[in-house]
Amino acid sequence: MNEMKENVLQMENVVMQFGGVRAIDGLSLEVNRGEIVALIGPNGAGKTTAFNCITGIYTPTSGAVKFGGRDLRGNAPDAITKLGIARTFQNIRLFSNLTVFDNVLIAEHLRAKDNVFSATLRLNRKEEERMRAETEQLLREQGLYEYKDDIASSLPYGLQRRLEIARALATKPELLLLDEPAAGMNPQETQELTDFIVKIRDQYHLSIFMIEHHMDLVMQISERIYVLNFGKLIAHGTPEEIQNNQEVIDAYLGGSDDAES
Amino acid sequence: MSLTTFLQQCLTGISLGGAYALIAIGYTMVYGILRLINFAHGDIFMMAGYFMIFAMASLPWYIAVPVTLITTTALGVGIERVAYKPLRSAPRMSVMISAIGVSYLLQNLATYLFTALPMGYPEIPVLKHVYKIGGLSASFVTFLTPVLTLVLVYLLITLIQHTKMGMAMRAVSKDYETASLMGIDINKTISLTFAIGSLLAAVGSILYFTDRMTVYPYSGSLPGMKCFVAAVFGGIGSIPGAVVGGFLIGLGETALVAAGYSTFSDAFTFVILIVVLLVRPTGLFGEKTTNKV
Amino acid sequence: MKTKVNMTPEKRRNTILSLLLIAAILGACAFLDANKYSYNYAISIIERSMIYAVVAVSMNLVNGFTGLFSLGQAGFMALGAYVTAILTIPVDQRASVYYISGIHPAIANLHAPILVALILGGLVAAAFAALIGIPVLRLKSDYLAIATLGFAEIIRALISAPQLDTITNGSYGLKSIPGFSSLFQVLALTVVCIGLMVLLINSSFGRMFKAVREDEIAAEAMGINLFKTKELSFVISSFFAGVSGGMLAMFMRSIDSKTFQVSLTYDILLIVVIGGIGSVTGSVLGAFLVTAGRELLRFFDEPLYIGSINIPLFRPGFRMVIFSILLMVVVLFYSRGLMGTSEFSWNGILDFFRGLGKKKVKKARGKV
Repeated sequence: MNEMKENVLQMENVVMQFGGVRAIDGLSLEVNRGEIVALIGPNGAGKTTAFNCITGIYTPTSGAVKFGGRDLRGNAPDAITKLGIARTFQNIRLFSNLTVFDNVLIAEHLRAKDNVFSATLRLNRKEEERMRAETEQLLREQGLYEYKDDIASSLPYGLQRRLEIARALATKPELLLLDEPAAGMNPQETQELTDFIVKIRDQYHLSIFMIEHHMDLVMQISERIYVLNFGKLIAHGTPEEIQNNQEVIDAYLGGSDDAES
Repeated sequence: MSLTTFLQQCLTGISLGGAYALIAIGYTMVYGILRLINFAHGDIFMMAGYFMIFAMASLPWYIAVPVTLITTTALGVGIERVAYKPLRSAPRMSVMISAIGVSYLLQNLATYLFTALPMGYPEIPVLKHVYKIGGLSASFVTFLTPVLTLVLVYLLITLIQHTKMGMAMRAVSKDYETASLMGIDINKTISLTFAIGSLLAAVGSILYFTDRMTVYPYSGSLPGMKCFVAAVFGGIGSIPGAVVGGFLIGLGETALVAAGYSTFSDAFTFVILIVVLLVRPTGLFGEKTTNKV
Repeated sequence: MKTKVNMTPEKRRNTILSLLLIAAILGACAFLDANKYSYNYAISIIERSMIYAVVAVSMNLVNGFTGLFSLGQAGFMALGAYVTAILTIPVDQRASVYYISGIHPAIANLHAPILVALILGGLVAAAFAALIGIPVLRLKSDYLAIATLGFAEIIRALISAPQLDTITNGSYGLKSIPGFSSLFQVLALTVVCIGLMVLLINSSFGRMFKAVREDEIAAEAMGINLFKTKELSFVISSFFAGVSGGMLAMFMRSIDSKTFQVSLTYDILLIVVIGGIGSVTGSVLGAFLVTAGRELLRFFDEPLYIGSINIPLFRPGFRMVIFSILLMVVVLFYSRGLMGTSEFSWNGILDFFRGLGKKKVKKARGKV
């Protein structure tokens, strides 16, 4: 890491305390532009909590979360999305009773210049047309166009994951946070997802920060890996370094026997 | 205002607050477990008033009181079984509409059965006995209400802290799903919650109506809403909170009536709701909850 | 630009059916309006249904499409009704309306055309909704139901408060409110109000409402500001509730605080639930069914004699018991109501009838 890299996300000494429990204890990490970075660790290590601190669902007890040098603390989740961070959820959170098309179309409103009057009275049809066109293009690119009129909850599990990512992409993020994107997938689906993540990173010029338990996926595509255990960072490095790190092996073998879940 | 008038008003306020506290406990416990505003709770309280009228018509008071308590408890548990239990997995909106439906049904049923005209509430001689202390005069019920309220709350808290059923109730209100995985009988626990809530509402009803002297089909709606606000004020889910909230709302309302603003005494409660939500949304004793994502 | 509109036969059929339906409605209205005096009763049922349809759709906007539970309809209608009444009662008749306590000088000569009065009524209702919404919707929208229910009760108490006698005429209420000139006036207002709400629901803002209803956390992650979106839906819904209140005042010609009891809100809720929470056409259908049903079931409240035996069930209040049981039955057993979350479509109707036909054919075959 000698060459200068542009820093996208930076967490500095972040602490998140719930009552007497420190879910995250002094976490520092960074994601650089164009990188794929993974956050791993046994269940309950505080990984999703870290995501929630970045996306504004929780406000860290102390420490700073910076995006492009700007402190995110105190911003609501919707404001953070507007700044350019999109995410998916561990337990897929689609708008289940709406169509695939509407799921993505909703995210398009972010850049809409309509107000409620012009939108209701259809004074600005171009805006609506632009949103629909962009949605259509995105669905085609993600291979979801043939399902556009299906109700989101009727899709098979793998496609629901894909739709959730497509919806996140529709907000045109710089940084994409994926919370266990391969959860519940078989090896073949996981391999497809692995290629897919690299593809969208290149196609949409993204930086990707993900939580994942599937080690094949993590080791294949991550440039760097952070390992969290009991809220503390226990290791950081390239996939090779992490695979040979004794502390990491101990944490996985000793801490939890269902790390792969 | 002389000291005597002031103390007299305080007594009235505390007595009203005691009845409110007993009703507010029912709201807070049900909300704690089901995250449901039990809109029918105020109407259960109203029905308890009618039960007492009919029980007293043919029975001596020491039998009529337990009869009222038992029938009201049965009504509360029955409502839960019929109107809420089938909707356990339904969207929350449906359960709330069901609660509104029960409230509407009880009010309309009361109007149909007992007419919309106020009915006189029977007097229990012991409760109505007037005591004079210095310049103060008040009936026995005024002194009894706060004492009885505190005794019942003490018993309830003991029950919740120290018995197995109480532990189950705490577990269900903390985490519904995990509790059911732990082998706790959710339905039994919820029924018990409704039974306790309705029983306390029946006690509150006897104390309240003895003071007010009449019952009509809408007797329960405004006190019901006020007691829900009392529960929010104290911190929804917290039993001591509901009691403190009940007393504060009772005192505040009495103070406004005494000052000649009786028109606005009802509005006062909702101003409190708004202020609490603005200043301290978790209420006086509420815990901060975090959403699980 | 396309020069020729290409229509599939199905689309063409549906357009023709829609035009026929509109023509039929207009024709029926024209017929009733021309024979006003002989169809007085039917016209009043239809007018009330249309007014309830407006407020039912407004309730559906916030409850069905945004997933919030507001029970303030009666209160917002009261505001709209009183504003409309105060602005439209002819100035020369005001002395006789306010004969008990006199009229407050500030409003004595305030007069506005009907349309302006209705819009102002809606705006006042919307302003109050905005004020309630700020604390409640920002924090715990759970409490919206109780806050709006309480608000509606306070409004009613304030209207009949002696302190406001010179404005609201206290418990005597307001009379001599100018009525509608014809059925078409009600129809036009109803179509415009519901039309605007339908356009809103199908706009990008309507999609945001639905996103909030489906999943608040996911909506936020899509950059939707929860508070602003909920507040917008609640304020717009209250605006139309206010307008419908003004229409109700014009329909009834005289109003008092008892007109706007909580039971009015519950009636509207019943309409929304029967029609289907999340369906505009369901609400409209529900409004007509419930309003007509209430009139037709009036006999439940009359003592019933078979021969000389009095059937004891039938006496005042029985009808409302039936309606509350109906609400419970729909919620418990038919929670989708008539339409669920779908809307009226010709294809749906035709499929429905085809389905019926097939069943009949099957039955007939079974007999053979």
